[in-house]
Amino acid sequence: MEFIYYFGDVFSPLSFMLLLGGTIGGLILGATPGLSPTMAVALLIPFTFQLEATQGLILLGAAYTSTVAGGAVSAILLKIPGAPANIATTLDGHTMAKQGHGAKALQLSFLSSAVGGIFGVLLLIFLTPVLADWALAFGPSHLFWMAILGVTVIGSLDSASVVKGLLSGCIGLWLSTIGFDDIMGAQRFIFHPSLGGGINIIAALIGLFAIPQVLTMFAKGRNSGAAEVIAVQKHSVLDAMRELIRRPRALTIGTVTGSIIGLIPGVGGQIAGLVAYDQTKKFSPESEKFGKGHSEGVIAAESANNAMVGPSLVPLLTLSIPGSPTAAVLLGGLLIHGIFPGSDLFDNHPEVAWTFINSMLIGQILMCLFGLYIAGFAARVAQVPQSVMAAVVLALSVFGAYSVQSSMGDVYVMACLGIMMFFFERYGFSAAPLVLGLILGPIAEANFIQGSMIANATDGLTTYFLGGALNKLLIIIVLASIAYSAWMELRPRRLQAPADKTEART
Amino acid sequence: MKHLLAGAAIALMSLTGAVAAEEYPERPVMMVVSYGAGGATDFQARIVTMTAGNEDALGMPIAILNKPGAGGRVGWNWFATQADADGYTLAAYNVPHFIAQSIKGGVQYSTDSFEPIANWGADPAVFVVAADSPFNSMQDVVNHAKENPGKLTFSGAGLFVGHHIAALQIEKAAGVRMAYIPTKGGGAAAMKAVIAGEVLGGVNNLSDAFRAREAGNVKILGVADLERSDFLPDVPTMMEQGLDVDNASVNFRGVMVPKGTPQEVIDKLAATVPEMFKNSRVASKMQAGGSPMLVMNREEVQAMWAKRQETLQALLAGL
Repeated sequence: MEFIYYFGDVFSPLSFMLLLGGTIGGLILGATPGLSPTMAVALLIPFTFQLEATQGLILLGAAYTSTVAGGAVSAILLKIPGAPANIATTLDGHTMAKQGHGAKALQLSFLSSAVGGIFGVLLLIFLTPVLADWALAFGPSHLFWMAILGVTVIGSLDSASVVKGLLSGCIGLWLSTIGFDDIMGAQRFIFHPSLGGGINIIAALIGLFAIPQVLTMFAKGRNSGAAEVIAVQKHSVLDAMRELIRRPRALTIGTVTGSIIGLIPGVGGQIAGLVAYDQTKKFSPESEKFGKGHSEGVIAAESANNAMVGPSLVPLLTLSIPGSPTAAVLLGGLLIHGIFPGSDLFDNHPEVAWTFINSMLIGQILMCLFGLYIAGFAARVAQVPQSVMAAVVLALSVFGAYSVQSSMGDVYVMACLGIMMFFFERYGFSAAPLVLGLILGPIAEANFIQGSMIANATDGLTTYFLGGALNKLLIIIVLASIAYSAWMELRPRRLQAPADKTEART
Repeated sequence: MKHLLAGAAIALMSLTGAVAAEEYPERPVMMVVSYGAGGATDFQARIVTMTAGNEDALGMPIAILNKPGAGGRVGWNWFATQADADGYTLAAYNVPHFIAQSIKGGVQYSTDSFEPIANWGADPAVFVVAADSPFNSMQDVVNHAKENPGKLTFSGAGLFVGHHIAALQIEKAAGVRMAYIPTKGGGAAAMKAVIAGEVLGGVNNLSDAFRAREAGNVKILGVADLERSDFLPDVPTMMEQGLDVDNASVNFRGVMVPKGTPQEVIDKLAATVPEMFKNSRVASKMQAGGSPMLVMNREEVQAMWAKRQETLQALLAGL
């Protein structure tokens, strides 16, 4: 309960101003395509040079929390996921916005972000020592199986058929091998100098999600009939809260999955949203509604990606090991003030540690309030005529892809992937499994190579990858996931085939 | 066309050289860091350049641009082939990384592609084991490796980086074969492998190991440098423990410009930048972060690069 003692520090005038500024600024940065949470925090580090350690960290903590949530704004309204964390949000969120329910989608996303986020920070406050051991339990073999578990999700994610989903996933896995391989330094598929660093994930996200949409909008614009105006429906915050309470399953699965996955160093942040989305879909009796503007999809994805924020800091704060790129940047922010995370932080600088954690807690609430406030206005974006919208999204896409590392190469990559995806979508392929392949490929590969090197030097591949309780548990989950997908694919063909036909006719 | 323009620009610059150097820099300068935001190189680069805008330094701020990927190869390839040689694009170098990579091949740069300006830091590699490890000295490690050839696993941040060089030197000096496990994700991932017990030991940066020891997670058994470090006065060097390992793996960090940058601009930078690194605010921030500083001027860095080129060529010849 030590943390309560330090709440006062968060409310001193300067600290609170920084918290407010960090939250609002973070939401705006997060909503800007191409500015990932990592980059937003890195941009703020120089400002903390002039501040005291505690105040600097308040700014960074608030910005981290709200950039993750802010990514939902562009994901929902523009179908540009600001970071890998927001991919799952686009699936239902953007569909809702197109149906005129943008305000509802945004309100739900901020409310569930706050619920997930607060749960995550509370975990960080109360369970840090236990969680630290858990984070260390994942070695290369376990991370490899985690990545394979992710691959099994690919087939069932947002695709017309499992086969097409798996094919998209394979393309993603192949794309992830492009560039210098990180361990051996071998060159693979570098046809053009801008591919040397591999496909940048943010540029790929923008290309795969936003560009097909832009092309479709331009194509539609040619026949005047398509220039329909979407009636944007107002939606009260109270209704959104009621909706959230009516959907405890999505909220729980999202929050729990996000917290657990967020802990695993190097994997968490990127896939938490997608795994939670997939799990919710599998457990939902209305699974066929997902991808068509179902509110559970938004709730699961957003509660998961904010729940991951707190636990993802556990390895950093206790062991001084940054578990994610954003945590690495935060480490820099601590070091610059001469504070070493680990026991030194909690024993000798408790005011810094707890003020930082408290500010993330208060930051979640501020983020939610401010987010709800802007949701109503922001949703009106959907009323913008399609031709104008297409131009704006295109401009933002180019800006976003370029700003990742000030490189035109990333813009070319974005454009090529986007045009490719436009044609793929016509044949029923979808971007989400492809992106998941792109994210999981390097994780599976690097951990397999590393694991096999350790295995060859010690007890051999079989014992290393198949032995041990955690390995076996993960393998069982992988098999269960495959079996479940196969069963779901086969079952409706027998039972629901007639029903589908009648539906198709209407 | 680009080359023609560049040539014309250089000709013009040399004509008006004196004047140009007088005015340089007229606008903010960019510095490419070949590693991601938050890494040790990025973190230190941001600190040492924070006073660039002062009147007694460059008088213009230096903005950091991260071009990470493939252990630095992406950023340095870009810098060697695409960066304008006008003094407005600097880069951070990491020795021995870029030299080892150029010897190994497959990249578009070598020491001849760049002109050093000044060095700011020297981070030696150290050998770490988990806090509960039975090893208490390098001798224990070597003995275990002799009894179990090829079975002693130890981590480091990738191939052909300082950690790998130190690993090769230790193996060569002790005459043993061990299993070097390169990790993806830099020194942090390699350190995590040691703390979590995935490997028996590891080579890591002195600054990161110092922090991990403060947190009570690791023991530091030896420093791969010529002298003991001020941060770790109690840890003996490899040489003291009978292993013939010199400072070839020490991670030197500093600033360079592309070949072809006007001599006047190089001279101006070489005169100002080392003084900028010596600023007391810079020193105190670096000290606080546990980052060892070593300011070297252009001539010293040129000599260091040449020496490293020789050592590494000999060391990597057999691989």
